[in-house]
Amino acid sequence: MTEYNPYLLIAVFLLAAAGFAVSPLLLAYLWAKLFSPKKPGPDKNAVYECGLQSKGDAWVQFRSEYYLYGIIFLIFDVETIFLLPFAVAFTSLPVGAFIAMMVFLLLLVEGLVWAWRKGILTWQ
Amino acid sequence: MDEGLRNELSKQGIFTTKLADLYNWGRKNSVWPLQFGLACCAIEMIATSMARYDLARFGAEVFRPSPRQADLMIVAGTVTKKMAPQVVRLFNQMPEPKYVIAMGACAISGGPFKQGYNVLKGIDRYIPVDVHIPGCPPRPEALLHAFMTLQAKIDAQSLTGPDRPRHLNADAPSEFPVPQFGAHDLEPPNNPEVWHPPTIVRQG
Repeated sequence: MTEYNPYLLIAVFLLAAAGFAVSPLLLAYLWAKLFSPKKPGPDKNAVYECGLQSKGDAWVQFRSEYYLYGIIFLIFDVETIFLLPFAVAFTSLPVGAFIAMMVFLLLLVEGLVWAWRKGILTWQ
Repeated sequence: MDEGLRNELSKQGIFTTKLADLYNWGRKNSVWPLQFGLACCAIEMIATSMARYDLARFGAEVFRPSPRQADLMIVAGTVTKKMAPQVVRLFNQMPEPKYVIAMGACAISGGPFKQGYNVLKGIDRYIPVDVHIPGCPPRPEALLHAFMTLQAKIDAQSLTGPDRPRHLNADAPSEFPVPQFGAHDLEPPNNPEVWHPPTIVRQG
C-alpha cells in the first residue's frame, strides 16, 4: 500500500465544503451577468429604504471621541453588576473578600478620576 | 418532447421537464412579500401568513422588512394621496423581478373613500398591478387565491420572447415616476404608461 497522508482527507473535505458554498453564489452571479440586465436608478440606489426620500450620504462621519463615553458607561455598568451582589452578601463576607472588592472598586474609581481630570465629563 | 411521450415516461417512473419550467417552478414557490400594510386589509394579510391560513405552504412566508429583499408588494389597504409617493418609491426600490397584488377595494379603486379628496383611486395609477382582489377587506382565502393566481401567472411566463419576465427584459422599466404633492392633487394624477382604465360600454 502506498504512503497515505491522513490530512489529505481533510483537504478534500475542505475543498468540497468551499465548493458547496461558493458554487450557488457563482451560479447566481453568472446568471445575473449573462441573462438579467442591470436596472439601477436614483430610487434603487438610494441610501435609505423606508419609502421616504433619502437625504445625504451613508458615509457620514461619527465623532471618534464617542468611545470615551462608551468606556465611562462601562465603568458604571460593571460597577453596578458587581455592587449589587456585593451589597446583598455584605454582612456574611469575610475580610479578604471585602478588601478584594475595595481594590476592584478602587481600580474603577481610578479610571473615573482619570477621565474626570481629562475633562471628558464636561459636555462639549 | 410531446405530451404523450412525457406521459409514457412518467408511467415508467422517469420524470422529464424543461429548464424553463424548472426555473419558473422555483420562482413561483419563493416569492417573498414585502412586510408592508396600510390599513385594515393588512390585518387579513397578517392572518394569511399565520398558522390557520399558512401562506408558508406557497413558499411566501418570509415577509421582508426591506424592499431590497422583497419580490412581491401586497398593497394592503387604503392608499392615501399622502402615502402614494412612498408606496411608489418602495416599489422602485424592490429588485427585479417584482410583482404587485392590490388587495382590497381601496387599493384597487379607492373603495368606500373613492369620493374623498385624500384617497388615491387605485394604486394601479402609478405601478403595474399583477393581481387585483376585491373585497372590504378580502378574506385570507381571497389573498391566497390572488397569490395562486400570481403563481399561475409566473408559471405561464416563457423565458424568451415578448412576454418574458421583467428581470430578463432590459426594456421593462425598473423605476416608475414618483408622484409629487401638487397644489390640489398628486402630480401627475396617473402614469399613462401604467394605467389603462377600462372603457365603459353603455348598453342601449
